[in-house]
Amino acid sequence: MIAVVDYKIGNLYSISKALERLGEKVVVTDQPSVVSEAEAVVLPGVGSFGKAMENLEKNQMKEAIREAQSGGKAFLGICLGLQLLFEKSKEAPRTEGLSLLSGEVVKLPPTNKVPHIGWNQVYFKKDSPLSQDIPQGRFFYFAHSFYVLPEEPLIVVGICNYNVVIPAIINQDNIWGFQFYPEKSSTWGMKVLESWLRSWKK
Amino acid sequence: MLAKRIIPCLDVKEGKVVKGVHFENIKNVGDPVELARRYEEEGADELVFLDIAASYEQREVTVQMVEKIATVLTIPFTVGGGIGSTEQVANLLRAGADKVSINTQAVLKPELISELAEMFGSQCVVVAIDVKRTWDRINRRSYWEVFINGGRTPTGKDVLSWAQQVEKLGAGEILLTSMDADGTQAGYDISLIRKVAERVRLPIIASGGAGKLEHLLAVLREGKADAALVASIFHYRYFSIGEVKDFLQKRGIPMRWEN
Repeated sequence: MIAVVDYKIGNLYSISKALERLGEKVVVTDQPSVVSEAEAVVLPGVGSFGKAMENLEKNQMKEAIREAQSGGKAFLGICLGLQLLFEKSKEAPRTEGLSLLSGEVVKLPPTNKVPHIGWNQVYFKKDSPLSQDIPQGRFFYFAHSFYVLPEEPLIVVGICNYNVVIPAIINQDNIWGFQFYPEKSSTWGMKVLESWLRSWKK
Repeated sequence: MLAKRIIPCLDVKEGKVVKGVHFENIKNVGDPVELARRYEEEGADELVFLDIAASYEQREVTVQMVEKIATVLTIPFTVGGGIGSTEQVANLLRAGADKVSINTQAVLKPELISELAEMFGSQCVVVAIDVKRTWDRINRRSYWEVFINGGRTPTGKDVLSWAQQVEKLGAGEILLTSMDADGTQAGYDISLIRKVAERVRLPIIASGGAGKLEHLLAVLREGKADAALVASIFHYRYFSIGEVKDFLQKRGIPMRWEN
C-alpha cells in the first residue's frame, strides 16, 4: 500500500488515480499510523511551504514521515512535496522543513515569467533507474514559483532549463523527488512513475 | 525549452459538453470524459472547461464531472464559470481540477485572488479577463475595457491596469479574451495580447478569434502569448491538434510534439 500524505490543500486526487492506474493500492491519509504501515510514501505538491508544514505538524505527520524515511521506505516528493524535504524555504523563512535533504528552496529569478507554468524539457545528468526508459529532453508539466538548491549537487539526477537550471529530479538513497507533476505529464509522466515503482519493488 | 501551449476549451452545461464537438467514433458527443481523453491523445497540452450555466444547484454536478475527468486525464485542466468562493475552489481542486479560472468575482472582490493564491498557490489561480475596444468619451481616446458577467457588463476598467493589479494580487496566469475577435475566426487581437504580455510578467493565454493556423502562429510569435486557447477550429475539426502543432513547430515555435 502506498500512503499519499494529505495536508489538506489542493489536488491529491490526480496522483492517487495515477498510481491506481498503475495497479497500486493507494490510501490518502493524514494519519501517522497509516504512513507507518505503508510500503511507500508519496508527498504530493500543491499549496504553500508554510501552510503545508503547519498542517503536517498539527497531525504529528512530521515525525511519521521522518521515521518512514529513516526506516528505508520508498519515498517520493512531488513539486511542493519535493521542496518540503529540504531544510528551509524563502517562501516561509521562519518555517523549518522536513530536513531530510540538505539545502534550501529559493524563488525563481524575475528574469523569467513566474510562476514557471507549462511543459518543459528534462535532461538526465546521470544514469538512474528512472532514466532507463525515458529519452533526454522529454517534456514534463511544471507549475511552480520556487525551486530547490541542494547542498550536495550529486543528488540532482535530472534538470530543466528555464534561464536558470532547475533541479527537476532528485535522488538520495530511498528518497526521490520531482519538481514537475508526473501525474499531469501524460505518457512520459506515467512512465517515470512506473519506473519509480519498479525501482523499489524489485 | 518551455513549450508554448495549445489549449482546447470546452463549454459545459449540467455536466455535458454543449458546443458541438465533432469527433468521429464518439458515441456520446456531450460526454466530457470521452472528449477530454480524445484531446489528450491528440496532443493537447491542457484543457479548459467553462461552465456556462454555473448556477448554484449545478455546482455539485460540476464537481462530479471534474472527478470523472480527473480519473482519466493525465494532463492539467482548468475549470471556470461562476466561481466566487474559496470553499468552491477547495471542492474543485479536491475533486481533481488543477486550476480554477475566476472572472466576474475577481473584479467584484479582488481580494479573492490573493486569498486563493495564499491558500492554494498562485499556480492554480487563473484570472480570466474579457475585453472590448471602447471609446472613452471624456478623455477622447479608445481603450480596452474589461467586461464582466459573460461580457454583458462594462466595468470602466482599462485592461492594462487591471492586468497589473491581478499580477500584484497573486494570480498565476491571465486568460485574455478579446470579445471583438471572439467567434469571428478572423484572428486573435494581436495588439491587445501583446500589450498585456509586455505589461505583466505572468503567462498569458490568448483567446478569441482563432480560425487559421497562421492566427495561432501570429499570437504566439508577434502577440507574445504563452498559450493559445482554441475552441471552434478543433470542435469543428477544421484542424487536428497534430496539424496545428506540426505547423507551429516547423515555424520555430517550441512545441511539445513528438512525431
